[in-house]
Amino acid sequence: MDISFVILVEMLYAIASLVLISAGLAVVFGMMKVINLAHGEFMMMGGYATITAVGLGVNVFVAMLVIAPLIVGLIGLVVERLVIRHLYGRLIDTMLATWGLSLMFIGLATMIFGNTTTGISTPIQGFSVGDYQVNGYNFFIIVMAILLVVLLYAVFKGTRAGLIARGTMQRSDMAAALGYSPDRIYMATFFCGSALSGLAGAILAPLVGLVPTSGGAYIAKAFITVIAGGPSLIAGLVSSAASFGFVSQVFTFAISPVIGEVALLVAAVILLRAMPQGITSRFFKGKL
Amino acid sequence: MTRSATRDVIMTLVVSAILIAVMPMLVGTYTLTVLVIYGMLGLSLGLIWGFGGILCFGQAAFFGLGAYIYAISAINIGESTLPMILAVALTAGFALLLGAMMFYGRLTDVYLGVITLVVTLILFKFINTTAGPQYKIGDARLGGFNGIPGFQTLNVPGDPGAYIWGDALFYVCAVALVIVFLLVTWLLRSSFGRIAVGIRENETRMALMGYDVAARKTVLFAIGAGIAGLAGAFFANWAEIVTPTLFSLGQSAEIIIWCIVGGLGTRLGPIVGAAGLAYLKFMLGQQSMIDNTLIMGLVLVIFVLFLPRGLVPAIGSLWQASVGRTARRRPARRMRRARHG
Repeated sequence: MDISFVILVEMLYAIASLVLISAGLAVVFGMMKVINLAHGEFMMMGGYATITAVGLGVNVFVAMLVIAPLIVGLIGLVVERLVIRHLYGRLIDTMLATWGLSLMFIGLATMIFGNTTTGISTPIQGFSVGDYQVNGYNFFIIVMAILLVVLLYAVFKGTRAGLIARGTMQRSDMAAALGYSPDRIYMATFFCGSALSGLAGAILAPLVGLVPTSGGAYIAKAFITVIAGGPSLIAGLVSSAASFGFVSQVFTFAISPVIGEVALLVAAVILLRAMPQGITSRFFKGKL
Repeated sequence: MTRSATRDVIMTLVVSAILIAVMPMLVGTYTLTVLVIYGMLGLSLGLIWGFGGILCFGQAAFFGLGAYIYAISAINIGESTLPMILAVALTAGFALLLGAMMFYGRLTDVYLGVITLVVTLILFKFINTTAGPQYKIGDARLGGFNGIPGFQTLNVPGDPGAYIWGDALFYVCAVALVIVFLLVTWLLRSSFGRIAVGIRENETRMALMGYDVAARKTVLFAIGAGIAGLAGAFFANWAEIVTPTLFSLGQSAEIIIWCIVGGLGTRLGPIVGAAGLAYLKFMLGQQSMIDNTLIMGLVLVIFVLFLPRGLVPAIGSLWQASVGRTARRRPARRMRRARHG
């Protein structure tokens, strides 16, 4: 009984962290068809922002939920104005340019923070279920992922800004004809996407030792989850995170964590082979 | 056509002979060898991306695979000729299977990138976990993160005692690069190469004309992988150790940067880009003021923004503008599909 509870929590945690890792990338890719390969480095910077802010005496939750997303969002804004703005519609070129940016951020972080591991302790205590110890922070991550998905849905479905953003996503020329500037909307979207990446990096920071190259661990997973999700933003994100999280946890418990990671990757290959345009090109069609 | 082809070959031979003779006086042969190997690796991606329109995020997978196959078979066989052949053949065979899976599944651009990236990651993660003594192939232990040291390095065919190393290894690698370059030139001049460029430009049109697009892409992909495997085998001989970092994402990224900087859709560009940037990185490694990852990133961003066609085509058009119309050349190959998906 206890073990099944632990497995359930671990499973939900794996799915929730995939959702968090991929959300920022999904917004940017789903809305603007821009693949931001510097996404992992945005998360890394979110982590560093949190740790620096906590070091300066800020409350850890304020640092995580307010400061990190704002700082990374602003960095994203600068990046969008300087580089990405010139490359809209050129998918491969944006990938290459953002890859270059990711290398630059790694270099900068190495020069500023040094090539050493830093970290903060988890702010939530663990507790025990029967004979097993459960990390309390895992619950925080699960709750945050659920809140994030609900918030995304509410913003896109419920607000005027969300409506305009979705309209621009479908037909930017029509949105422009109706008097909205696609340029401004893209800029705002990229800000939101970057802020989400920063938030994810900040939330995950207490769980990992942070080094300037940490971003590399996230980008592949985020990239795979978003592409496998397909055209629908939220449905794709949740469905592909759920399937990959499930597969990797099953193999982690059955064999070992490394095999779990490999299973996730193999699942991605099989899934894309079977559904070349992603999950939501076949299921949940037309959903958000 | 045949006259210009002969002239092309003679030009290549003369220029490369001069370079092979002159370069060792400027740069140490130890460094030069690895530059030549990287040039070959750059050429392998330049072939499939620049002429086939297949953006492979995992060219490092084939490079690493070639190096590992060489190391493992060299330990088991104790002689280097067969392992060199195996490194090329098995890598190409692996790419043939992978390519068939992707191209017959009609995967394109981003999705192709994800699959090749994922395969690289799988290899990287798998090789990293093989530290225990139970992971061995024949006499070769895979060694996990520490890699495989101490295998038989390149020797004169048939005589395992006569090692080829130092200066001699440089000349062997350089000659191999020239041969590969000429083979690529020949391939691109053949009907296979022309159809590959046609597929890059408009896949649907080529399919409607009756060409088997999937089969042709698969074969081209395998040829590129074979060249990368050869480069990997030479790299194993140069470094005398193979480690999982050969499969890393950073390595794949670098190969793509070389192609972009040197110039896609040219044969020379990726080689120039690879050797030039690898040398730049080597020079930057000698100072500690600025992190060299930062510079590599900056180079990539600047090239994508301001010089998206790369160095070689830019210099080529400058040259043509200054020489005028005396040397009439065929119009540059169009690169629409390959770069903008």
